[in-house]
Amino acid sequence: MTFQERSLKKNANRGRTSRLPALWLLAPALGYLIITTQVPFIMTIYYSLFRYSLVDPFKRPFIGLENYLTLFTDPLSIPILINTLVLVLSVIFLTVIFGAALALLFNRPFFGRNVARTLLIGPFFIMPVITALIWKNSLLNPVFGLFGMASRALGFEAVDWLERYPMLSIIMMVTWEWTPFALLILLTSLQSLPTDQLEAARLDGASQLQEFWYIVLPHWTRAFEVVVLLEAIFILQIYGEIYIATSGGPGLATTNLPYFIFQKAFGEYSIGMASAAGVIAVIIANIITALFLRLVNRNVVTEVKS
Amino acid sequence: MMAAKKPSQLWRTTKNIALGGLAWLIALAFFFPIAWMISSGFKTENEAFATPPVIIFQPIFDNFSTALAKYAPALTNSLIAALGSTLLSFLLGLPAAFSMVFYPDARSRSTLLWIVSTKMMPPVGVIVPLYLIFKDLQLLDNIFGLTLMYTTMNLPLVIWMMHSYLSEIPMEILEAARVDGASLQHEFLRIAMPLAAPGIASTALLCIIFAWNEAFFALNLTNVDAAPLSVYISGFKTTQGLFWAGLSAAATLVILPVMAFGWSAQRQLVQGLTMGAVK
Repeated sequence: MTFQERSLKKNANRGRTSRLPALWLLAPALGYLIITTQVPFIMTIYYSLFRYSLVDPFKRPFIGLENYLTLFTDPLSIPILINTLVLVLSVIFLTVIFGAALALLFNRPFFGRNVARTLLIGPFFIMPVITALIWKNSLLNPVFGLFGMASRALGFEAVDWLERYPMLSIIMMVTWEWTPFALLILLTSLQSLPTDQLEAARLDGASQLQEFWYIVLPHWTRAFEVVVLLEAIFILQIYGEIYIATSGGPGLATTNLPYFIFQKAFGEYSIGMASAAGVIAVIIANIITALFLRLVNRNVVTEVKS
Repeated sequence: MMAAKKPSQLWRTTKNIALGGLAWLIALAFFFPIAWMISSGFKTENEAFATPPVIIFQPIFDNFSTALAKYAPALTNSLIAALGSTLLSFLLGLPAAFSMVFYPDARSRSTLLWIVSTKMMPPVGVIVPLYLIFKDLQLLDNIFGLTLMYTTMNLPLVIWMMHSYLSEIPMEILEAARVDGASLQHEFLRIAMPLAAPGIASTALLCIIFAWNEAFFALNLTNVDAAPLSVYISGFKTTQGLFWAGLSAAATLVILPVMAFGWSAQRQLVQGLTMGAVK
């Protein structure tokens, strides 16, 4: 029984005598989070019900759900939802595949493994704004980017990646950034695989494929869930890379939900519309967060029991 | 039967070397763009975007000294925002985590989960009202305004990490102290804090990394005076190759401390990123 559990029991027996210090120690942090997250979010919901433009801030008629209706029916907002989905899903797919393959590779002993892993996770620590600048200038640029130079050296035309394949370019960039994240989590999970299970399987003469299928994969399920859900939340919020590399273009080709909200609010000053899109972003994120919290909660429970 | 199944020693060694080599190859490929950028910082502007690329060159150091001088105001802002928000997150978060671990009640777990959930709130959901409020309070383009938002971003992480470190303190230590009539201050300062010190250090590194790299709040809430490094560097988004050597030197200075922090906190990184969902 941990201290927490015993203390919980004691509290139940003795009533609420020890609640006083608990409250005033907790209250400042809770208050801070409520003021800086919940209050502005409620204001976002409120603004989303008005036709509210900073161009004429004193005239703001209440229009109910019209902003939401516009968002869902405007043909211009369909590509934005598709872009957001394409970016999130393809990055998750690619990083999970690469991350899993790399985790298996880095779970084997080889010369200089720690140094190699340290180099490999480097991209995750780079400021996203710098990531976009590196890719835009030194890799993707058709004139002096290394990709262009390589294709010319091989006798092909240099491709203007950001112009011709803008979404693919963003996907490559974000995959480069987030593969280390998937690798780190999947490798951590792999290293906690009980060795006795593997030894027992080997004694029974299991092939490597069987070992992977019946022991590694089931153990990995939870880590996969965590990678998918967290990446979904964070890649839904991708902003800096798009701002730097393409500014959402050409046209709307790389405009995702966060960039769209930024443009509506600070480019067109339509506060009502940007707020409605913000509310939608929060609803999507909350659904994914609820799924994620179930995983965290399971772990908190096992922690208390052990 | 067994002998036939076992691959020969030679085959196994070859396979190990091949897979180790493959791992190294991929690691180098991932690191290559970073290494290329770092090397560009030591080139002249002409060398930095020469075709074909210049691989052997006489390294120069001017770019770094120029960068340090030019980026000093942004660097100061980044330091204030990263260190200030980390400090504030700990001032608010440590007592909160202490209270939930040492004086838990039936609602502690759901409170903790709610705190974790605020970390997942997309900034776009709050940016519009925040912008308007900040404008009214004169906090726009003010480094303390940005520090306040980074505190919001890092506070859930601090509470979560400190909660799990404090939960590991053996109850015997505390009960002994309580029997001796230890005061609340004594419990907090003399027992909890010293035992949580290593956790505080690595969590602080994570907070500094996240605040240092943040761009969304920075781009939308600051402009000139309070611009941190992420905003200052964004100013070069349209230069396309011009100033690339100078920019590379600056970017190198920006990423090196964070990469060093990140590498040294690798273990805590997984716990902090997944909120303990993967061990």
